[in-house]
Amino acid sequence: MNLDLVVSIALSVISAATPLLLAATGELLTEKSGVLNLGVEGMMLVGAVIGFGATLGSGSAILGILAAAIAGAALALIFGVLTLTLLANQVATGLALTIFGVGFSALIGARYVGQPLPPLPKLHLPGISDLPVLGPIVFGQDALVYFSFAALFGVSWFLYRSHAGLVLRAVGDSHDAAHAIGYKVTRIRYLAVAFGGAMCGIAGSYLSLAYTPMWAENMTAGRGWIALALVVFATWRPMRLLLGAYLFGGITILQLHIQGFGIAIPSQFVSMLPYLATIVVLVAISSNRTRVRLNTPACLGQPFHATT
Amino acid sequence: MQMKRRTFAQGLFGGLAAGAGLLAAPRLIGRAAAADPFKAAWIYVGPVGDFGWSYQHDQGRKAVEAALGDQVKTTYVESVPEGADAERVLRDLASAGNGIVFATSFGYWQPALKVAKQFPNVKFEHATGFKRADNLATYNIRFYEGRYIQGVIAGKMSKSGVVGYIGSVPIPEVIMGMNAFIQGMHTVNPAGKIKMVMINAWYDPGKESDAAKALIDQGADLVAQHTDSPAPLQTAHDRGVKGFGQASDMIKFAPDTQLTASVDHWDEYYVGRVKAAMDGSWKSQDVWGGLKSGMLHMAPYLNMPDDVKALAQKTEEDIKSGAIMPFMGPIKAQDGTVKVQQGQMLDDGAIAGMDWLAEGIEGQLPK
Repeated sequence: MNLDLVVSIALSVISAATPLLLAATGELLTEKSGVLNLGVEGMMLVGAVIGFGATLGSGSAILGILAAAIAGAALALIFGVLTLTLLANQVATGLALTIFGVGFSALIGARYVGQPLPPLPKLHLPGISDLPVLGPIVFGQDALVYFSFAALFGVSWFLYRSHAGLVLRAVGDSHDAAHAIGYKVTRIRYLAVAFGGAMCGIAGSYLSLAYTPMWAENMTAGRGWIALALVVFATWRPMRLLLGAYLFGGITILQLHIQGFGIAIPSQFVSMLPYLATIVVLVAISSNRTRVRLNTPACLGQPFHATT
Repeated sequence: MQMKRRTFAQGLFGGLAAGAGLLAAPRLIGRAAAADPFKAAWIYVGPVGDFGWSYQHDQGRKAVEAALGDQVKTTYVESVPEGADAERVLRDLASAGNGIVFATSFGYWQPALKVAKQFPNVKFEHATGFKRADNLATYNIRFYEGRYIQGVIAGKMSKSGVVGYIGSVPIPEVIMGMNAFIQGMHTVNPAGKIKMVMINAWYDPGKESDAAKALIDQGADLVAQHTDSPAPLQTAHDRGVKGFGQASDMIKFAPDTQLTASVDHWDEYYVGRVKAAMDGSWKSQDVWGGLKSGMLHMAPYLNMPDDVKALAQKTEEDIKSGAIMPFMGPIKAQDGTVKVQQGQMLDDGAIAGMDWLAEGIEGQLPK
């Protein structure tokens, strides 16, 4: 295996992992506040189509990504009104959000079908980006790849190093206690839900602007569900998301290479591999109950009704 | 005129809408024309916005509307999963007064057969199918003819002699395309090879793009695909190699990358069949049309030197005239066993049931 092949595999893995990492980072923060939003797939799709449309219309990818984030957050806020204010069941509402997102994105995306768009520009630092191996991998990515890392480190810092993060975790672990000492549980959860939605919107825009620069119905093809699984996989610890997203991306890419090399494994089996690996790791993690319980938001999915 | 219904999931509302439509129908007709318009319906396996398979079928439906105008009323239902849901949608369409119903995916064959039996007065047509009845016809396109031309072009254009081929699922339709491709390629470059990857999906832009990257990384300098999105072409463009579009002309996505594309062209077929159903001349039949009958078009030959273009055009003409038969022997399988003898030709049955890979293709079919 030569060096070029290693570099290009690494580049493929990064682009496969980035949308998962973006969406999972947002969902992790939402879940840490005690809200389970299963609408990731729907928010990603709406982000993808709005991001595409805004970029096409304005000519600016930055505006497109911003619009995608706003659209994702707006959709998440609908979820917020239903589950946080009207106290609807979070699982059912989240599923409805996904189904709504699939249909809604197809509806507004109909006019964008078959429209090409130039891909998101990649960073190019003269000299540095041309370095062997590290150059293209570290210094040759598009803005959203760097953003996915920044967001992950930011969320990690926020949750475990800032006061606001401590409050958010408290709300997720015991909303009654947090409410009793005077924190605005519902308002904090609204903010967390909106952030999660914005990140899912950005993840969607990565798909329609950078990964495959086009709009196609249902183009997320299940990546939202993978992102949801990754949050559990990471046992709600941000840094483990990185491992999960890149492991999943890595196996996805590797199985294609295995086939290309003509290794005689049924293609259906290798297509299954990334999911199989996720399940195996999930089982391994879940076997240690105390460690899981340590990080799982205790109020996850529970409605909060202020009694006083 | 068009009645649009989104997805089977809303069949519930569809039923209500159809009921309301029936009540309203006499008034509408009284106002518009004396005669009832003939009703024709389509069901698609994907969204009409896939810009590939279902999109091309819907172009055909629109051609029917354009050609027959007020005499016809068309309906379509998209994203219908193969299986029990398809049966329900087909029955729904048949009982809604459609005179002819087109089921446009392979997996609809059982539901189509069943519903056809229950509605003997409605004409059914099943694309890519093989089961027929008195009121159920089948039709398909000889996509492999286009693959052969792509192979000839690849033989000329590939410097490494390795073509990356993104397959969907290992069924005869996909296998015959790959085998025809390598036959065409070997006429120009006898040492040419195909590297293949099956992604187990017809439509997943991200995965298609990843597969293209993997194949290019492994030395392919041309990309062919039997999946439905233009993503592999975009990837080919990024990596500076060329490729072929699938099902529709994808030149807009890769103006300097697409060499040509096999374009499904159902328009005339659909117009002809709907007309036949209207005037009573419709008969159950099996149509497998190709370049000659106009059901398969080749997108303009671009991004290649003039001599390659001339060769591609000549190949196209020769296939039309019958001078070239893509599956003319000798053809060997991967392991070297002779599948088709020198001077012999595979018959349609053997082509339609193809389950072996020809010499020159790397990769395995699942056993």
